[in-house]
Amino acid sequence: MTESNDFVQIRHAQKSFGTLEVLKDISLNVARGQIVAIIGPSGSGKSTLLRAINDLDALTGGEVWLDGVQVNKKLPHRQYEKHINEMRQQIGMVFQHFNLFPHMTARENVTMAPKMLKGLTAEEADALAEEQLDKVGMLERIDYYPSQLSGGQKQRVAIARALAMKPKLMLFDEATSALDPELVGEVNQVMKKLAEEHMTMIIVTHEMDFAASVCDRVLFMDQGVVVEEGPPEQVFGNPQKDRTRAFLRKELDETE
Amino acid sequence: MGLDFTVIPKYLDVVLLGCLWTIAITVAAALVSFFGGILLAVVALYAPAVIRLPFRAFEFVFMGTPLLLQLFLIYFGLVQIGIDLPAFVAGVIGLGLHFAVYNSELIQTAILAVDRGQMEAARTLGLSRTQALRKVVVPQAVRAVIPPIGNNMIALLKDSALVSVIGVSELTLSAQRAIGATYRPFEFYLLAAAFYYVINLGMEWVQRRIERRIAISR
Amino acid sequence: MDIDLMMRVYPFFLEAAWTTILLSVLTALLGLACGALGAAARLSRFTSLRLLGATYVSIFRGTPALIQLFILYFGGPQVGIQLDAFEAGVIGLGINAGAYMTETIRGAIISIDKGQREAARTLGLSQFQAFYKVILPQAARLMVRPLGVNLNMLIKATALVAAISVVELTYTAQRYIGSTYKPFEMFLLAGVLYMIIIYATGRGVSWLDRKVRIT
Ligand SMILES: Nc1ncnc2c1ncn2[C@@H]1O[C@H](COP(=O)(O)OP(=O)(O)OP(=O)(O)O)[C@@H](O)[C@H]1O
Ligand SMILES: [Mg+2]
Repeated sequence: MTESNDFVQIRHAQKSFGTLEVLKDISLNVARGQIVAIIGPSGSGKSTLLRAINDLDALTGGEVWLDGVQVNKKLPHRQYEKHINEMRQQIGMVFQHFNLFPHMTARENVTMAPKMLKGLTAEEADALAEEQLDKVGMLERIDYYPSQLSGGQKQRVAIARALAMKPKLMLFDEATSALDPELVGEVNQVMKKLAEEHMTMIIVTHEMDFAASVCDRVLFMDQGVVVEEGPPEQVFGNPQKDRTRAFLRKELDETE
Repeated sequence: MGLDFTVIPKYLDVVLLGCLWTIAITVAAALVSFFGGILLAVVALYAPAVIRLPFRAFEFVFMGTPLLLQLFLIYFGLVQIGIDLPAFVAGVIGLGLHFAVYNSELIQTAILAVDRGQMEAARTLGLSRTQALRKVVVPQAVRAVIPPIGNNMIALLKDSALVSVIGVSELTLSAQRAIGATYRPFEFYLLAAAFYYVINLGMEWVQRRIERRIAISR
Repeated sequence: MDIDLMMRVYPFFLEAAWTTILLSVLTALLGLACGALGAAARLSRFTSLRLLGATYVSIFRGTPALIQLFILYFGGPQVGIQLDAFEAGVIGLGINAGAYMTETIRGAIISIDKGQREAARTLGLSQFQAFYKVILPQAARLMVRPLGVNLNMLIKATALVAAISVVELTYTAQRYIGSTYKPFEMFLLAGVLYMIIIYATGRGVSWLDRKVRIT
């Protein structure tokens, strides 16, 4: 029933924290296999938008749809919980601070949810962990605890953990912002690989180079609205709006 | 038998008087425990080993045994060696020493934290070691631990109920007197609990105010 | 020091020490149960339960354990609760300890980074699954040490049941002080046994803490 162009739909998203309006009527369509970057100054609502997609922060208005199903359906509490848990299984999320479970090894981090929610046997789960950790280049560290891993390694395990649920969509919230510069590359590498496999991704990032090289589309947000959007060549190469130009100039200054 | 709270008014003055004694013994023991705690802390950290070690042993014993047992030792022990103190004084000494040990633990940690740097700074100004301790290190350390000491003092209020067993006529024993006359334990213990609760709330209120003050002065 | 006397009476103290240990174990178990329930109430999404939990903590920490014990043991019969002294001791002290443990357990749970819950929910785990698979295992490790402090206080608090005539260590010491007029010797006997119990418990807690700590 869904055209490939509305694989992910955000319709008139609106979000307020108390009197603070953080998202002001944002709409966004993402096609299957498309990769969208969201850029913008701090506090512009990027994280809030991303977290609204899997309902970590509930919208105060508007709808989110994934593959023909409304994520934030209005349902009685119990039914909604069941529904949202099923939806979240299809939406992988990667956080700035990894949020690996410190009391579990890399293997256990990856297998916990599939075992629990999809009823995988121990052998199936182990095979899955090996497959996913191999994909992110972390197979040798499969039985390490998070405290024994570097930041980049932790983030790669976190990506493997999300991928193990076989999500239809991956959300990245500044996945490399907390990393030492020399560790950023290894995580970007993994994300590039996912792009080549045509994983649908929405990526909040401060890295303009990465956004330009990997993404099909770039969204520039400021103060809760989408100021400008388009292919990276256009948004980065020939921005139409003053605010976009000002932001990009500032970002360039900072990275130099 | 049921409950009958109408018996309370007749004995309210007895219980109220007990309340005053509870406040008195709490304040007195709190003072002993505060200054005793400072003294114990300084001795435990800076005194020569011959003095330090017995003090440490004393602390170890006081932290490893129940207050009630300590009260029995002090009350009956003093009698045995010929010192017949009023129960109130024995109670103040027992409660005061017990909590002095707990306060000392806190103060020692704080002194060690302040000592680094501050002691040297004071010594370079020409203060002697003792002067530096008295004027610089200890005051700062004590200020830093006022909030947890406040918690100890609130615990002291509640433990002051124990001195009833050595015959101090405070709130608990007053309630017991009223119960002896009326055979209404539930009502009067509940009344006593209510009074303790109110005093407790009052102390918590004072503690919050003091903490706010300290937060400003630092 | 009257060594002869001490040799004569120490078997009674040993026996009393077992009562103290039994009392401590039962009280700790009940306290833990009350603490878990209390923490669950305080962290509930229902306001009424949160209020109930907060009231429990405030009242039982805000009044003396001795009075609580007296209300239960002496006042209980007036409202149809008949308990022997030992039962009243365990229940009274257990509910009291539970109020302190509520705060310990709650403190450990809320100290877990909220990103942990979010990561678990993002994978599709329910509120409950996220709690028992992700939050609780981490919080439980953090609880060991502060619950050890609660346990230490609880063991010393078992002395209070001497006031309702449970024949444990403090009661035994009190009785022999009365009959022998040797307070120091009797204190020594009971004190050493208390210190052994408390020291051993402390070692056990440290061991457990090291064993479960996330490196
Ligand atoms: N839970 C919350 N309660 C109240 N305000 C919030 C909450 N979360 C976010 N905000 C506010 O919403 C606004 C947008 O926050 P958001 O985290 O989405 O920004 P961001 O674009 O991701 O910024 P950054 O680049 O710093 O991550 C900010 O002003 C923030 O203070
Ligand atoms: Mg953000």
